[in-house]
Amino acid sequence: MGFKRKDLLGTRDLTAAEIRALLESAESFKEIAERPLKKVPALRGKTVINLFFEPSTRTRTSFEIAAKRLSADAVNMTASTSSVVKGESLLDTVDNIQAMAPDIIVIRHKFVGAAHLIAGRINARVVNAGDGANEHPTQALLDLLTISEHKKLEPGLTVAIIGDIAHSRVARSNIWAMLTLGIKVRVCAPPTMLPRDLDKIPGVTVWARPEAALAGADVVMMLRIQLERQDRLLFPSIRDYARVFGLNRRRLDLAAPDAIVMHPGPMNRGVEITSEVADSDRAVILNQVSNGVALRMAVLFLLGGQGHE
Amino acid sequence: MSDNNSALLLKNARLIDAGQNLDEKADILLVAGKVAEIAAATDAPGAAVLDLAGAWVMPGAVDMHAHLREPGFEYKETILSGARAAVAGGFTSIVCMANTKPVNDSSAVTRFILEQARSAPAKVLPVAAITKGMRGEELVEMGDLAEAGAVAFSEDGKTVANSKLLRHALEYASLFNRPLLCHCQDNALFADGVIHEGQIAAAHGLPGIPTLAEDIDIARTIMLAEYLDVPVHICHVSSKEGVRLIKSAKARGVKVTAEVTPHHLFLDERAVVDLAYSEDLAQSLKPEQLCYNTATKMSPPLRSTADVAALRAALADGTIDVIATDHAPHEATEKAVEYDLAPFGVVGLETALALGLRLIYEKVLTPLQLSARLSLTPAAILGLSDRGTLAVGKAADLMIIDPELKWVVDPGKFHSKSRNTPFAGWQMTGRVVKTIVDGEIVFTL
Repeated sequence: MGFKRKDLLGTRDLTAAEIRALLESAESFKEIAERPLKKVPALRGKTVINLFFEPSTRTRTSFEIAAKRLSADAVNMTASTSSVVKGESLLDTVDNIQAMAPDIIVIRHKFVGAAHLIAGRINARVVNAGDGANEHPTQALLDLLTISEHKKLEPGLTVAIIGDIAHSRVARSNIWAMLTLGIKVRVCAPPTMLPRDLDKIPGVTVWARPEAALAGADVVMMLRIQLERQDRLLFPSIRDYARVFGLNRRRLDLAAPDAIVMHPGPMNRGVEITSEVADSDRAVILNQVSNGVALRMAVLFLLGGQGHE
Repeated sequence: MSDNNSALLLKNARLIDAGQNLDEKADILLVAGKVAEIAAATDAPGAAVLDLAGAWVMPGAVDMHAHLREPGFEYKETILSGARAAVAGGFTSIVCMANTKPVNDSSAVTRFILEQARSAPAKVLPVAAITKGMRGEELVEMGDLAEAGAVAFSEDGKTVANSKLLRHALEYASLFNRPLLCHCQDNALFADGVIHEGQIAAAHGLPGIPTLAEDIDIARTIMLAEYLDVPVHICHVSSKEGVRLIKSAKARGVKVTAEVTPHHLFLDERAVVDLAYSEDLAQSLKPEQLCYNTATKMSPPLRSTADVAALRAALADGTIDVIATDHAPHEATEKAVEYDLAPFGVVGLETALALGLRLIYEKVLTPLQLSARLSLTPAAILGLSDRGTLAVGKAADLMIIDPELKWVVDPGKFHSKSRNTPFAGWQMTGRVVKTIVDGEIVFTL
């Protein structure tokens, strides 16, 4: 099997072979969702802790379902029930969790590097389910899995990622994985949401206007705009953002005729994407959600299942 | 020759002293805490003799930027532990910044610091805050503080955002010939940044601190000093543009001086994600300790390679006058947190001199220039006319350096109470083997 790491912290360091191994494995788990009894015994007796320091419904649920379909015991810990509110440090929390001997920890945290910090501390395997604006590797992998249902993942494929790039771990994890596979990545954001010097990263092209970024693109990935950022002076109004950057039918027509439309969710309908586009047959947004479970089963299986111990 | 009972004769030194423009073999006689004689060869009956066999003697380094944390944060550092770290690194005079608890904004706190410093091996010079409580609202009693022993005023760690207040501070401090040491930072642009806004921040999603946050405030500070025709000192310059602003101000005759820290001269933003990017670390850290290591978090942050190159050039050509450590001790558990949450700052007193020597080996500075940047100029800026050089009659504050001694930075062996250095495992050449303050040996390796 092509994946032998202790942890999955990001896509930045993954090789193309590792990415393909993960996708291949995920492919084989897809069919479980179709069964009447959606369960395999692969991780029976293993404990998976979902340690979420940030609110998240879909990612946590997706990991939980993935763990349960593999027969693991899945436990959810969220910030509101954890001791963070009591002022305990992350490493103390982790030491306490380690003492309960879990096999896999899935962590979501608002700060960059949190998953790396605990991975260096704990024997359990760590899956990064999002650290600040840094990485969200399972999202990028499920996005690739979804793209692979429609397009060949090979050099020449062009992906346009549009939205708040600066604050997006989804964008970053996708960028690294796609660059590794030789896919062309165009990023497009208001200048206030574009990190300075991003254009110095080889392979990434930066586009100021969505029309230019969309032209001929095979895959269009719209990012969620976080409405609270308006308070931070990053854009003048929701209305203005929707007008200038929102994906509507007219803009989508600029992309390749068979371009697919993706969104990591949750969507702000009428802001970054119109309902007309989101509900069209070009959108693969719900496939992303289904594939998320299969991909996360693959990750948990490869980290915690056969081949180890 | 008078009483030589308290005399010490250093024989066969290589004396490097910018104040006298000397770099030559010499014997140095110290009597009653002062330099009594410098000669190619001399004898002093009754004096203790140290044969240095060619080791270097330089005036004791003067650190015009250090945080000693006492009162209030004695678990990070005390005046005594900070002074011990200082002399172990060749620093014979160190300031202590005002951001203690309580803030050094009254003569009572200044006197407390000086009282604590009486048993310290280095000379400790209190820097008072510019505003009461460092709240940026009203000026401290500068006259009273100057009389109590404050050598300068600084709001270090913060900026005085109100330009009218900063103007009045500059004007009033000039009455007492006390410089303002300005930490230049536009708070709105700094925002919640934690590393340099550049390629690494872009790639890793860490909130960036633009050089602009520093540059705008350097420009404002220079404009005030120019308008008022008063001196001002810019702390820890980290950016190329900051250097350009200072250089052009100096060319116009503005009384501006500036410092740079060793970490800004030796590390750039890449260290945040790979602490070993530039150096084979003799004492290997675990791979996971190399990325997002909070020992790389300080303010201003580690900048780009272009900024580092500009700082080195500016230090060589004199645009930057001083090397200062910005020694900022933090206890280990405070730094063992998420990168965003870690406090800013690194310790520097025990690594600065070795890094300074590297600047000589790397042909950035000459030995005389290093002596100027570490001793002569900071003493002059702080108005300390009795030190910074080893001319006859000056204080016998000096360091003896074995320029060839190889050693590895091991934070576990620091005299400082804190270990937060980005230089752990660095292989150094050259080290302080003895430090002398007022003619007394206060440190021996």
